[in-house]
Order: sequence, then structure tokens, then C-alpha cells
Amino acid sequence: MLFSPYITKPDSVSKIMLQVLFALIPGVILYVWFYGPAILVSILLASVTGLSTEALMLKLRKRPIAPFLKDNSALLTAWLLALSIPPLAPWWLIVVGTMFAIAIAKHLYGGLGSNPFNPAMIGYAVLIISFPSQMTHWLAPVGLGSAGLDFQSQLNYILKGALPDGLTLDGVTMATPLDTLKTQLHMNGQMQSILEMPIYGRVAGVGSEWVSLGFLLGGLYLYLRRIISWHIPAVFLITLFAISGAFHLIDPARHAGPLFQLFSGASMLGAFFILTDPITSPATPRGRMIFASGAAILTYLIRVYGGFPDGVAFATLLMNICVPLIDAWTQPAVFGRKDER
Amino acid sequence: MRKLYTFHGGVHPDTCKAQSNGRPIAKAKLPSKLVIPLRQHVGHGARVVVEVGEHVKKGQIIGQAEGHVSSSVHASTSGTIAAIDMQPVAHPSGLPELCVTLIPDGLDEWVTLEPLEDWRGIPHSDLRHRLRNAGVVGLGGAVFPSDMKLYAHKHKIRTLVLNGAECEPYITCDDLLMRERAEEILMGAELMRELLHADEVLIGIEDNKPEAIAAMQNAASKHSSMEAIAVPTIYPGGGAKQLIRVLTGIEVAAGVRSTDLGVQCFNVGTAYSAWRAIRFGEPLISRIVTVTGNVASPQNFEALIGTPIAELIAEAGQLPGTTGIIMGGPMMGVLLPSDKAGVIKATNCLIAASDALFPPPKPVLPCIRCTRCAEVCPAELQPQDLYWFARAKNLAKAEDYHLFDCIECGACSYVCPSNIPLVQYYRFAKSEIWAQQAGQKAADAARERHEFRESRLEREKREKAEKLAAKEKAAAKGASPPVTDKQNAEPVDEMQRKIQAAIDQAKAQAATVKPRNTEQLTPQQMAEIAEIEARRARIREIAQASTDAQPRE
Amino acid sequence: MFSALLAMGAIAITLGAVLGFAAIRFRVEGNPLVDKIDAVLPQTQCGQCGYPGCKPYATAIAEGTADINLCPPGGEEGIHKLADLLGTEFKPFGGSTVPKPKSVALIDESTCIGCTLCIQACPVDAIVGAAKQMHTVIAAECTGCELCVPPCPVDCISMVPIMETTSNWKWKYPVYAMTPSTPS
Repeated sequence: MLFSPYITKPDSVSKIMLQVLFALIPGVILYVWFYGPAILVSILLASVTGLSTEALMLKLRKRPIAPFLKDNSALLTAWLLALSIPPLAPWWLIVVGTMFAIAIAKHLYGGLGSNPFNPAMIGYAVLIISFPSQMTHWLAPVGLGSAGLDFQSQLNYILKGALPDGLTLDGVTMATPLDTLKTQLHMNGQMQSILEMPIYGRVAGVGSEWVSLGFLLGGLYLYLRRIISWHIPAVFLITLFAISGAFHLIDPARHAGPLFQLFSGASMLGAFFILTDPITSPATPRGRMIFASGAAILTYLIRVYGGFPDGVAFATLLMNICVPLIDAWTQPAVFGRKDER
Repeated sequence: MRKLYTFHGGVHPDTCKAQSNGRPIAKAKLPSKLVIPLRQHVGHGARVVVEVGEHVKKGQIIGQAEGHVSSSVHASTSGTIAAIDMQPVAHPSGLPELCVTLIPDGLDEWVTLEPLEDWRGIPHSDLRHRLRNAGVVGLGGAVFPSDMKLYAHKHKIRTLVLNGAECEPYITCDDLLMRERAEEILMGAELMRELLHADEVLIGIEDNKPEAIAAMQNAASKHSSMEAIAVPTIYPGGGAKQLIRVLTGIEVAAGVRSTDLGVQCFNVGTAYSAWRAIRFGEPLISRIVTVTGNVASPQNFEALIGTPIAELIAEAGQLPGTTGIIMGGPMMGVLLPSDKAGVIKATNCLIAASDALFPPPKPVLPCIRCTRCAEVCPAELQPQDLYWFARAKNLAKAEDYHLFDCIECGACSYVCPSNIPLVQYYRFAKSEIWAQQAGQKAADAARERHEFRESRLEREKREKAEKLAAKEKAAAKGASPPVTDKQNAEPVDEMQRKIQAAIDQAKAQAATVKPRNTEQLTPQQMAEIAEIEARRARIREIAQASTDAQPRE
Repeated sequence: MFSALLAMGAIAITLGAVLGFAAIRFRVEGNPLVDKIDAVLPQTQCGQCGYPGCKPYATAIAEGTADINLCPPGGEEGIHKLADLLGTEFKPFGGSTVPKPKSVALIDESTCIGCTLCIQACPVDAIVGAAKQMHTVIAAECTGCELCVPPCPVDCISMVPIMETTSNWKWKYPVYAMTPSTPS
């Protein structure tokens, strides 16, 4: 107690991060409901790896370990990465990704608060470039695919790489709805008939549309608790809606509708949990809107024209690069100086 | 209902005002001694006009206002001057300042006061002069000499804002003053309005003070175009800029004078003191101080300026576990390095701090750019960027991002989840920039003086050489140089002789010629002359003060 | 192959023309660098750098004949500023050049014999007085260069460090601990 103010609001980085983790829970529950408990194994592996990598890096960097471990930021990175990659994957995939995210993308840039790129998205980018095969085998929703896997078999595959006799990886996994759409369109499939495939549900993929809804609910909770501002999610979703809607109107045969885009892939997770990472997003309201609309446009372009099934991760990273510039450009007018600009 | 405006951001800390606003203002006991600093205001320190050992009366000037921006300092009670020396003062640095130590004689005997029954007939410059001599300064915390702010400028002043918002937690001195002395506050406001030629007086009071609002509204109903307005309770709604914004919609940026935008703002306490000074001739020798925090009976005291802070706290019953004294509120107050210092004109509140009330700071984490600070910043700054620049000592950039628009309200630090002492960084950066500017100014002056000196030496050298050349030339021609010298010298001598003669003559004249009728005067004539002389002196003084005090454009 | 050479040649000629034009169009008169360096120097005119004043030292730095760490009154801050300005590395004070606290000269008026030697030594005319009259230093104008100290025949000039007062006091850079075990 040396300087004013001598009182502070009982708020902390740790509590903020905890709220974000909490807001992920509805999405995770729906994930488990539709895809089985493999995702929980992924999250657990990522959490353990994340926390131990964080501790190790703090020790190497001679920083106090306890206060930083308690800030929950490593845990959040781990969870986000686990939710971004296929749950049914060899254990080392998530471990390598998390380690890279925490050690390289976060700590080598100066640790909490100093990383220019979203660590989870860096982890994702490294994995999808290095292990494209493992990264495109997504667990089929329960009831789809040639065979449902029980928890024991899922665990066996994750830890030992062994599937029950008679099952192949292709039998229990499939491409994501976004990926399928892209491949089918490539093969000159008709939009109408593609969307009648069994993996598509009401608006987007079976199961995944519900998981997206779960993330949307969690995101709304974050907004209501004032953890995030409306700018990034709202502008991201509206821009994505607008651009996909425009493309859909022009050429409905080759472009899925806006709702499909909103509830597919990582749209919702990205809008509420990834793009809103305060460290790697602009600080000014106008900057956030520019950032979010840029991310939405890039996401759409990568989804439709790019080489990867989803575009949220790369769009996030590309927009992360622009953050300092956006911030410098969008400095708001200060009190009493509104006429000066 | 009047239309009220809002300002960006703000926070809602626990107000903690109920502790101290339940009891009426008490007169503090006469302390054992008074330590009165000679500089309690913005501007030049007052010049000591008393000597050690001298007996002074209550209200007697002990420090005369000196210089452009200055204010007088008075003996708060009658007694003997015990010392004039460097003493610790209520300043965050803990550095000593020149103080007058006064031992009260217990008689509390006033000096002869000059009350004014009707101030309306008095010239404005005279009223300002009285305020300056009465040591009236802003009591809201800025302690800027009030006479300097009471000018009708070339810009028409429409609104006089009276600040009774008192947004800082714990502080209730203005609340109690408004409850108990509303009439006199408004008489002061009337005086200020007259001096400013303002059209209306708006009194802003936060709506967590219903009694004060009622008292002020009741009193205001007796004045024309004067209105006491309840404003929403939000910190820092009592900041002058914020209150002006809420009441008038006008935003005053840093470095801009509110008078240029047609508004002037005073604290209610200042209005009260200005009224006492003009109507009763009472100088500013006491003020209302809230004593609260870790004390047995938190209360407002009318305390003499110079009362040792420890004695005032003791009166409210300091409780064990006190870790320090905060002067001001918990958001912007200063942790006093010593409780030996005296109450000054800026002392609105004294909080006995304890670990229970103000826990030790939590560990600081890096900034995560969550922008909660930007959301609450009433100046609409980007505190996270300013922090970054100040921390990297990138002062030019900090200035670019409007560091000097920061009012140091502390809202950013209050909400920071990483517990970063943000305001401290801004204070550091500001004082560093000021020091650099002062250094640059000194360097520029030195450069100029050095260059002037160089060119002067150069010129002298050249002139010498020319003279020598001329001499040699003359010698070569064969003329006799001493003659020319003498010719040159003679006129000077002649001139001096003439001047001396003139002076002598004037003296002789003064000695012989006597003004008529300066002796054998009737007492009536003598009284008349004295009166005329006094008036002349007054006019000279006023002229002097008004030219001195005329704010620079 | 030939067309590539041609293209490269055309680019080279165009860029050369642009550069040549820019050199003529945006020619800078005089040597602004000297003034920029001079603006950074503290203008004490003390000669502690070995040059007869701040401007000559600035000229020497601009010519590359003097190091940037020779100005004790400028302090390390000054070296940092010079390094920033010139795009060079910071260089600490070496050898005999040590920064001292900022001081002003004070003449012991009872000892002063009024010889005017200090007045002649003062580079900024900060000493007033006349022959056989007592001299005094205008503290506000004194740069603390110490040039008046050696010429005084009666050693009546001393350097008094400028004390910190509430007026020139500065808020300190915040220092705090990160671990909860050692609260700041």
C-alpha cells in the first residue's frame, strides 16, 4: 500500500480465465453427448501438458511459478487447442501441439501478455501442417460412421494407437462437414444433394451444429459477465453471415448458406473464445470491429478457396499480425478532443 | 428536469461515507502547536512577514502572497511564533518545506477584521485583492488561488459550476458543509457569479447525499437562476472536468481553460470560504476535515490550518492496527510520510489506514490487454498503451497518446485484474517529462546566453582591433592622438557635470521651497489627508495586484 | 534472356533517375546533424569533453572524431539520447569522465575580493559584479560547469549540489515484487 488507489476491485486474471473455461463447458458437454468421451481425454492430456510446460518454461525463464500457474491462462490455451483438433487422435498429437503452443508461441515471446499470436492457434497451425493426416480424421458423431466406439476403445486408440479388431480408422472417423462439402463440390457434386448426405443435420453438420450452439451459449455468458465485449463476436458473425449470404445468393449451387457457415467448423468457438483473446486482439472498439470483419472475410475465403478445410485458425493468425497497426490506426478521440480529428 | 450528460467510464467503489456523515461538524480542540507551511497552494510560496518570538493574533498574515500566482498564509490562532524552519509537510515526497510553527496562547484572539456589509458596491479588483490576501484557494484539492480564477474573461462565462459532488469514497466534508452551511455557500456562489458575470450557477451533488441536496435546493430557491442538481453517483463524477461535462455537456481537454468554453468551476468549500473572507474579513485559517477509517468515532472536524495531523486523528480516537494516514480519499489520496505534518488547505480527509481496510497489494501480473482500464477511463484514454509506453520510458509516445489528459483518478488501477499500479506509471512519466522539459528549457537558455556572450566577445575583439587600426592610421597621418582622445572625452565630462548640476539644483530646490500649508493642519484636514493617502496606497496595491494577477494569455 | 537484361536495365535507369532527382530536389542545406546533436547536449559549456563548448563537441561528434560518452553533465540519459539520435550503441562513461550531481556555483561573499576573473570565465554570463565589488552567481542561470572555480585567486567559489525539494521532486519509477511472499 504505497500508491493510490489503495482499494481495488476484487478481480484477477485468474478469475477472468476461469470464467472463460467455465463458459466452454456447455460446448464440451454437447461434444461428449454427440462424439463420446474421447474429447475429455484430449482435454485432460492438453491440460496436464499445458501446465507442466508452463511450469518448466517459467522455471527456465526464472519467473515465479505459482502466481503464473494460478492465472489459468495455460489451461485455457490447452482447452482451446484440444477443442480445435480431432479428439480421436494419438496422444502425442495434442501433447506436441500444446507444448509448442505454450513453450514456443507463448513463452519464447515473453510469456503471458507478450505473445503476438494466439498460442492455441499456433499449436493448431503447426499440427495441421505437420500431421495433416491425423488432423483430418475426425471422430464421427455417435450413430453415424460404420461403428460407434465405446470409451474403452477410444482410450485404447488414443494411448496405444490400436483399434478393436476389424475396424479401420477410416471406419470410425470421417471428414468434417466443411471438408466434405469442399471435397464434394470439387468433385462437381450438387449443393442440394451434398447437403442431403447423412452427416448434415438441420443447418450444418450433425452434432457439430449443436456443439457450436453450446459455444454460442457460453459466449453469450461471457458477454453478459462483461468478460468480452460484443464487438469481436458480433462483427465476426455478422460479417461471416453477410459474406457467405452474398456468395450464396449469387451462386447457391456452389456456396452453402450463411447459417451453414456460422454453425460449421470453429466459427462459434473462434468468434467468442479465440478471436476475443485480449492479448492478441486490438484494444480499441473500432479496431476490434476491423479485426473481426477481417477475420471473417479471411475465414470465408480460406474455407471456400483455400487449401485447408477450416479457415478460423489461419484467419486469426493473419489478423493477429495486423493488431498493432489496427490499434495505432484506431486510437479513439480522448475527452475534450473529439473535434481534433 | 434538467438534461444531464454522461461521461465515459467511471467505477462504483464502495462509498464508505456512512461512517463519518452521521455526526455534525465538530470544532477541533485547540492543538498544542500549529505547523503552517508557507506554500499550501499552487504557485509561489508566501513570503514570511513575522519573526521568531513574535506574538501574532488569530488571522494575522504570517506569509504575504508574493508573485504572479500566490496566496497569503495566516496565523490560525493567536500565539507565539516558535520557529520558522523546514518541516515535513503533507506531501507524498516526505520532503520538508518552510513552515511557521505557532504555539497557541489559548486566547484565540482575532486580529481586527474588515467586514463588508455590502460587497456589491466594491470594485471587483478590490474583491479579488481581498480574496488573495485572505488566502482563499480551491479547497477541492487543487488549491489554486481563487482570485486568479474569478476573472470575467474575453470569453463570456455562462455557467458557474459549484462542485459538491464529492465522489471519492470515505470523504464527507463537503456533504456536511452543504448540510449545515448551505446559505453561506450560496452567498459565496453569488459573489463568485458576480465576479465572473456568469448567468447561472449549477451546483452538482451526487445523489447519495439526499440531505445535502435538500439543504442546497432549499437555499438555492432564494436565489435567481441558481440550481442544486442531483447527479448520478459514479467515481470520478466529482472531478471538475467530469462534473462540468455532466451538468453542461461541455468537455474541457487538458491544457484548455474551462473559461474559454464559458464555464468556471469551484468547490462548495471554496465558495463558503470566499464568502467568509469577503463578508466577515475572515481569512482562510480553518477547514472541514473528514477524519475516518480506523478510528473510534469517524467524524468531520473544523480544524485550524496547521493542526498536527496526529492530534486531529487522536481526537477521533485512533484505533490499534493503524498502518498509516492517507490524506484525501482511497482513490487519489496520498499516503503521508509523517503524521507530524500540519493540516493544510488541501486536507479534505484523513483516513487512518489499516490492513483490514486497505489490504496490502496483490502480486502484479503482466498486462493482458483486457482493456477494463480503457472501459472505465473518464478521459477516454487507452491506459494499457500509456502503461506500456511509460513502462518502457518511451515518454514521447506516451505524450502522443495524450498522457497529460490523464487526471490520475485511479479508476484504471482500481479495475486492473493484473493489479498493475497504472497511475503510478503515469505519475512517473509525467514528472519525468516535466523534468526533461525544464532541463531542455534551461539548456536552451544557456545556449542562448552562451551564444550571446560569444558574439559579444567577438564584437568587443573586433571593435578593439578597429580602434587600434584607426589609431595606427591616425598615427601614420601624423595627427596627435591625445588631442582626439581629449576631444572625445570632453563632452562626456561636460554631460556628467551638467547632470550633477541638475541634481544639485533639484536638491537645493527641495531644501528651500516648502509646500504650502503642510504644517498647522487642523485634525480634520489631517484625517482627510490620511484617508486620501490610504486610498492612494490601496489603488497602487490594487493596480499592482491586478497587473500581477492578470493571467497570461 | 535479352528481354530480361533489358528490363533490369530499364529498372536500373529509372530508379537511378528518381534517386538523382530526389538528391537535387530534396537537397539539405548545411549540416542539420550538428544542430540536432547540439540540441541534445546540456549546454553547460563546461568543456569537460575536451572541446571548448557544446557546439564544438557536437561538431566533433558529427564528424566522427569524438565519442558520445564524453559529456558528464548530460549523464547516461544524454548518452542514450545521442546513441538513439546517431543510431549507435550506448557506451558507458569511461576513464576520468564521471557524471556528478547537478550543482550550482556559490560565491562566498565574505571572501570575494572582486577580481572579476570568475565573471570572465563564466560561459553563460551567470555571474554579476564589478571590479573591487563583491560578485554573486545568478543561481537560475548557472549551468554548473565549474569553469569559474579554478580562476578564483582566493578559492571562494564552491559547487553546491541542487537539493531535491517538493517543487522539483519526481515520482519514482514503480518497483514492486511479483511474488506474493514479498509484498512491495
